[in-house]
Amino acid sequence: MEFKFTGKAKTLSYVLMAVGLVSIILGFITDQSEHHQHWWANFLVNGFFFFSIGLGALFFYALQYAAEVGWSAQLKRIYEAMFKFLPIGSVLIGIVIVGGLLHQHHLYHWMDHTLYHEYMIEGADGEVSYTDTMEAGAVLNPSYDKIIANKEAFLNPSFWTIRSIVYIATFLIFAALFRKWSLKEDEVGGVELHKKQYKRSALFLVFFAVFSSTLTWDWVMSIDTHWFSTLFGWYVFSGMWVSAMIFALILVLWLKKKGHFTTVNDSHIHDMSKWMFAISMLWSYLWFSQFLLIWYSDIPEEVTYYTQRIFSDKYSTPFFLTFAINFAVPFYMLMARDAKRNLGFIVPVAFLIFIGHFVDTYLLVIPGTMHDHVSFGIFDLGMFLGFFGLFLYSTLNALSKAPLMPKNHPYLEESKELHH
Amino acid sequence: MLKKVIHAMYNDEETLMDAARVLKKNGVRVKEVYSPFPIHGIDPIIGVKRTRLAIASFMYATTGTILALFGMWYFMIHDWPMNIGGKPNFTLLQNLPAFVPITFEFSVLCAAHGMAITYFIRNKTLPGMPASNPDPRTTDNMFVMEVTTDQNHDHSAEDLETMLKDSGIVEISVKDYQ
Repeated sequence: MEFKFTGKAKTLSYVLMAVGLVSIILGFITDQSEHHQHWWANFLVNGFFFFSIGLGALFFYALQYAAEVGWSAQLKRIYEAMFKFLPIGSVLIGIVIVGGLLHQHHLYHWMDHTLYHEYMIEGADGEVSYTDTMEAGAVLNPSYDKIIANKEAFLNPSFWTIRSIVYIATFLIFAALFRKWSLKEDEVGGVELHKKQYKRSALFLVFFAVFSSTLTWDWVMSIDTHWFSTLFGWYVFSGMWVSAMIFALILVLWLKKKGHFTTVNDSHIHDMSKWMFAISMLWSYLWFSQFLLIWYSDIPEEVTYYTQRIFSDKYSTPFFLTFAINFAVPFYMLMARDAKRNLGFIVPVAFLIFIGHFVDTYLLVIPGTMHDHVSFGIFDLGMFLGFFGLFLYSTLNALSKAPLMPKNHPYLEESKELHH
Repeated sequence: MLKKVIHAMYNDEETLMDAARVLKKNGVRVKEVYSPFPIHGIDPIIGVKRTRLAIASFMYATTGTILALFGMWYFMIHDWPMNIGGKPNFTLLQNLPAFVPITFEFSVLCAAHGMAITYFIRNKTLPGMPASNPDPRTTDNMFVMEVTTDQNHDHSAEDLETMLKDSGIVEISVKDYQ
């Protein structure tokens, strides 16, 4: 039985997208902040969150091939459908990138070109030029920021744009090839294509290992320009991975309920829940590792990120609550074997920590861009629902385009016989 | 009636599993299987219940967490407040991040040791305990299935013996026991 994208699911995704569109328009009009900063920050939060879910799916897909995993062979269409969102997600990220380059928003403080030179010369016509040396008529530049100026070799708009294009191009090329080979495998069979996927997946993981960190530094960490943390990339990556696993798990459960995936049994659900559990622990570990070292050493240049969040009436409660929920809920609720097979445990936990990881992404971006001048409003929620609807539509649409159950995957039988 | 214990020896674990399936179908209870390595999938066939080691492990870990937190509260805050790097030293909660690594390590230590010791005691394999396997060859390359008459009142000892003899055994021994 093939999956048809019709009925309630289609209506729901259209409604969500309509809500999102209205929120995007009304949110932009009603946004009182300078340069519509709040709107742009929200756009980045949602764009990045759903882009990274697609990316997390692509990563997990490649991981399955590179590690020659048998059990998940029959689930591969799920991940394919999810990473089919990457082109759309890239457009969303691209809008933020182009908006920044055209100075439509001020999310990335380092894009301000006045920060980089120690002196400035005011011309007769009021035109200001900047210089690094003490020339005749030069005065100290009050906006000069030595810390940011020292990062200019890496954080400058042209190199940043080139990097962003390289990341997105790499992901899109690999995603397109994986999907193409996977569909071709259905027709021709044999192990040649599988071996090809295996090799290319390993290659992709090499790129991903570097890019998952650097893209986070570029798109998210550079918001707090003065601050840096080397494990930030892994922390954000583990969040994207667990969100992708949650989405995939809920999608499988939903499809199973609709009568698809009859060969997906308790053991597959158990394995997917294990991933959800394990990556939640990875995320908590990285969150805490970053926090502990900075808290303990208490060095001014390192604490800026945390002081902005902890010593704020707005952010301190959600900041710690997010950590508590994303760690403790899966830890205690999903630890037992039977809980990982029980929908009564899996589904509420999955929904709760999916929201938890969205709030986590929100707290990566908003405090650095909006400081204390913002609260989570109705249009912020609408924008999240809209982007979610877009992701849902893209995924389900891609799912209906190919047979749900792959054919000719060498590990397909092993996957169907999984019992443990 | 005299109680008897039958030890049937096999040289292949697949043969043993097939034999156990046949016995189960005929309503015979297998008391124990001795094997040089864990046989995958035999537990449901011979009716071994799921291990509760995981629950024990959770309790050991929780004990470790509580002990570690209590210990550090007593040493570092209550008895003699320690000022390390100017960290708050009069409340447990505000100093908690510094205690997390030790709490974690101690919980793992307690869980790991507790589990290992529980496992040894439950299997009667603490160092110095006498071996309980009926034949030393079950630690090399042989598999022994143990069936007793007092667990199988519907079958006579002879019945059981005939059944086992047909199941691809290498050796069989019948002993009386109290």
